[in-house]
Amino acid sequence: MEIALSSQLQMQAAVERPRKRRRSRKSIIPGFGLTMGFTLAWLSLIVLIPLSALFLRAAGLGWSEFLAVGFSERAMAAYRISFGTALAAAVINGVFGLLTAWVFVRYEFPGKRVLNAMVDLPFALPTAVAGIALTALYSPNGWVGQFLDPLGIKVAYTPIGITIALIFIGLPFIVRSVEPVLADVSVDVEDAALSLGARPWQVFLRVILPAIMPALLTGFALALARGIGEYGSVIFIAGNMPFKSEIAPLLIVTQLEQYDYAAATAIATVMLLASFAMLLVINVIQAWTRRKVDP
Amino acid sequence: MSARLPHQSRSAQLVLILVALAFIGFFLVLPLVAVFAEALAKGLATYGAALVEPDAISAIKLTLLVAAISVPLNVVFGLCAAWAVAKFDFRGRSLLVTLIDLPFSISPVVAGLVYVLLFGAQGWAGPWLIDHGVRIIFAVPGIVLATILVTFPFVARELIPLMQEQGRVDEEAALALGASGFKTFLRVTLPNIRWGLLYGVLLCNARAMGEFGAVSVVSGHLRGLTNTMPLHVEILYNEYNFAAAFAVASLLALLALVTLVLKTSLEWKFGYSHGSAK
Repeated sequence: MEIALSSQLQMQAAVERPRKRRRSRKSIIPGFGLTMGFTLAWLSLIVLIPLSALFLRAAGLGWSEFLAVGFSERAMAAYRISFGTALAAAVINGVFGLLTAWVFVRYEFPGKRVLNAMVDLPFALPTAVAGIALTALYSPNGWVGQFLDPLGIKVAYTPIGITIALIFIGLPFIVRSVEPVLADVSVDVEDAALSLGARPWQVFLRVILPAIMPALLTGFALALARGIGEYGSVIFIAGNMPFKSEIAPLLIVTQLEQYDYAAATAIATVMLLASFAMLLVINVIQAWTRRKVDP
Repeated sequence: MSARLPHQSRSAQLVLILVALAFIGFFLVLPLVAVFAEALAKGLATYGAALVEPDAISAIKLTLLVAAISVPLNVVFGLCAAWAVAKFDFRGRSLLVTLIDLPFSISPVVAGLVYVLLFGAQGWAGPWLIDHGVRIIFAVPGIVLATILVTFPFVARELIPLMQEQGRVDEEAALALGASGFKTFLRVTLPNIRWGLLYGVLLCNARAMGEFGAVSVVSGHLRGLTNTMPLHVEILYNEYNFAAAFAVASLLALLALVTLVLKTSLEWKFGYSHGSAK
């Protein structure tokens, strides 16, 4: 997952680069047929055919049934909760993740390298472990929950709990997307702006923010996409009450356990289309970034 | 090389650092500490007992088995895909890379569901498989398939940018000097990409051992048979056996910590940063 973010830009750029040289020389390197054949066969077997199976199954439902089970009231409530909490978590991560990246890039303090390494914890820690740990912390008698409960703030078993789990899951996407770009922003430009009389907040808004905006948006979109589909870290803390704290992936599992394959298929298809839409958005942001960097 | 705005006051800096530390402490460090604290809450004896209990042992064995199958397959695929994409020019290369990335954006639950629709009792191949006595769903093959799908891009997307950055000159030189294609790969390419490969394997392995959603859909949760460690954690937790649940979870948390330490030492010692040769 880690690799999902910062190398995405580099990889896309690297993929694009050799295009100009195409057909200008013939490679003497062997193995194209073998490696390409295996790559395509494995990709088809593991990813493409199973995903097509989902679409074909959904197509078999017919429009009216698809709409009836895929957009039932309960499903709509689940989409609202999944998308709403993922959006809230991505926004909070956008602010604090940017701040964290800024602190790591610009300041020195003891323990910085260890803390920086810790940012990747959500990529390495199994989601179920994160889920039960967060639930233990935020349940009414947990370490954090016991202080919030008297204030009337319920975190565990509410959408706030879901949002907390998604903040945990999404944080590294923002930090790792922003960090390398922030490190490249030249301090000279900032000094120039300051010496010309700009206030520090103006420098941030006018000089720094525009430069890191594509990276910030990419991280935001990656965190959002991950949050929408997240399951393991959420279901323990969510409470899973239909219409109140039931996320869409859990609804798929519930329908499957009740042998309602039509509903599971329809909801999964909606989620898969949402994933494709997010992937498209991320690719558009990156195409825009490339144009900006290399006009 | 702390580069800071000259007009920025020390106190503003301190506030920003403290806010960032509080955020990381609250959202990342505290949950990790909670895992170990809860695991040891009932004492070391309970902790040890939860780990040597037969269902826990079989969950640990299954998790190791699933990783032992899916990680090497992921490596073979990653090497093939990176070789094809990085060493040759062809049409549709960007599309191929996007398709390889696709599993990252799919919900794990959807990843599990697609295999149920293919191989489950209600699925297309289900009845035929049942007639022939082959079980995929609610059995180990389904768990392996779901794990392969969710870890699909890990090694490939680590190696593709790395091998593209390194270009083709080294390989072309070896080939021109008469080395065979396979020998060139073994002696020239592999040493060049070893840290990137290791990096990809580390993260792939962490995900393979920790995957929950996709595996949960296809496993059937048969204790002692199709329970991986994360699923075993869930069952214990839902039975309100918190100390045991956190004990097994602490093993997975240790795995995460080891992964982070190895990954970080790759970055510090060898200056490796993923997606680049540096």
